[in-house]
Amino acid sequence: MNARLAVQRLGFLLLGLAALVVVVPILVVVAGIVVRGIGAVSWEFLSAMPRAGMKEGGILPAIVGTLLLTLGTAVVAVPVGVGGAVYLSEYARDTAFTRAIRLAMVNLAGIPSIVYGLFGLGMFVLFLRFGTSILAGSLTLAIMTLPVVISTTEEALRAVPTEFRTVSASLGGTRWQGIRKVVLPQALPGIITGVILGLLRAAGETAPILFTVAAFYLPRLPHSPLDQTMALPYHLYVISTQVPGMPAEVQNGTAFVLLALVLLLNFVAAWIRSHFRRRRPW
Amino acid sequence: MSGGASPAGVAPRASRSGSRPRWSEFAVESLIRVLGFSTVGFVVLIFAFLLREGLPVFFKLPAAALLGELWYPTFGSFGSLPLILGSALVTLLAVLIALPLGVATAVFVREVAPRWAREILKPLIEVLAGIPSVVLGFFGMTTVAPLVRQWLGAPTGLTVFTGALVLAYMSLPTIISVAEDALDAVPRSYRDAGLAMGATHWQTTWRVVVPAGRSGVIIAGMLGMGRAIGETMAVMMVTGNAARLPIDPAALFRPVRTMTATIAAEMGEVARGSLHYHALFGIGIVLFVLTFLINLAAARAIFRRRRKGGLR
Repeated sequence: MNARLAVQRLGFLLLGLAALVVVVPILVVVAGIVVRGIGAVSWEFLSAMPRAGMKEGGILPAIVGTLLLTLGTAVVAVPVGVGGAVYLSEYARDTAFTRAIRLAMVNLAGIPSIVYGLFGLGMFVLFLRFGTSILAGSLTLAIMTLPVVISTTEEALRAVPTEFRTVSASLGGTRWQGIRKVVLPQALPGIITGVILGLLRAAGETAPILFTVAAFYLPRLPHSPLDQTMALPYHLYVISTQVPGMPAEVQNGTAFVLLALVLLLNFVAAWIRSHFRRRRPW
Repeated sequence: MSGGASPAGVAPRASRSGSRPRWSEFAVESLIRVLGFSTVGFVVLIFAFLLREGLPVFFKLPAAALLGELWYPTFGSFGSLPLILGSALVTLLAVLIALPLGVATAVFVREVAPRWAREILKPLIEVLAGIPSVVLGFFGMTTVAPLVRQWLGAPTGLTVFTGALVLAYMSLPTIISVAEDALDAVPRSYRDAGLAMGATHWQTTWRVVVPAGRSGVIIAGMLGMGRAIGETMAVMMVTGNAARLPIDPAALFRPVRTMTATIAAEMGEVARGSLHYHALFGIGIVLFVLTFLINLAAARAIFRRRRKGGLR
């Protein structure tokens, strides 16, 4: 009996150790980036143009570029993704075609980000002649983000009890009225969470924007959707691998700003999810 | 992929015959249908554009040249063997590290950990999933690589091993969440039966629950692999990018170059329409097909497990 309990203790200890091996490096990475980077961040760093071959000054165009790209991604991915999810949750029956859609989603989610970059280059930059532009980059990122938006939105829609739909129908509402006035508002917090999770992935991606938007060094703000722009993730890549003699301070500061932006969005999404889950009426 | 009966069947049919035909409603519903099909359209579009730009290389060069041992584009040599082996080596090593760690963590979180531990572990794993690939690459380059160099006395810390280590952590969130789902699907009665037979909590977990969820573990490994093979930025930043054949055991601690990193590093400097340009799209086709097959297999396995019904 005692031996069995000793084995149990050992087994649980090993499992716990594995969890520690997974989690401790996460803490080390986040803490390391924060500790090393936070000192480099000043108002000038956030609000000035880069100078002297990016070795001095700030990273304003990269921050603005990433915000614009994220916005552009949202403009395309949110309507298409939410529409697609409404179809899957409210209209689709279990047919071969629906299964094809689900399969397509799984595969879309699994396509490597660099392949999205190739696709964006082939279709948006060259074939549709958008050139390397915010437009081409946003479209590329939007398609990459779709599976996340669709699957989380669908989950939020399905969580709304069927009774809500039946009651709406019993009051004489059409199916679409029921969706627009009852189901979508009820699912809204879940949809917003999903959209933020999708967008934060888009904001942090580098590979899809390499050949579709990203400018190596462009110390001005973009004027139109057809302009190139710098972007935070690409900027971090450039200053840490492509430019010799780059001060570590600039690198650490940029890594910190990017990580902070993404983690902030992550917390917002988590907060919305837990806040509204507690308050929902069903 | 949430399964179960669609609530669509319950929705009102009769109400539509209500007052007057609503054209706006018809328009909206048609639009939604089109949006629903859009994902299929995008997969087809992506493949079509890869083929359009990548197929020429398969016609212009014989298969033997494409599978050669020398990737040296400036001299017209497009042997992709070093890149394919490089990707395979880094990916396999990453999964070898991540799968046991991830599954053990999932078992710990689901079966053993007290509530407070679970509430610390899960958000942290979500944070890991959210860290951008470049940031991990940057950390790997500036912190992990120097450590690897010191420990191994290697000339450089940018090696297959460093890449696999970083990649392993990048695929951990996927592996853990799939493994957790699998454990979640093991019915409570299995655990009760184990305990009722006099087995300890550990014996029940290890000999009953984990084996019952093993198909999920296999799926977790496949999806983790799909994620690892497609990773680009972090891998490019920590593997050193030397396109040479990794064949001897020492290759683990030498630089290597993956398929993804090759595209990312070279596409920017290539003349459009050149053989090199088509060759990079050709690598894109290989990556697309590989991940497509991996995900297809995983999706089928998930579907089969659901239908079998023994679990859940």
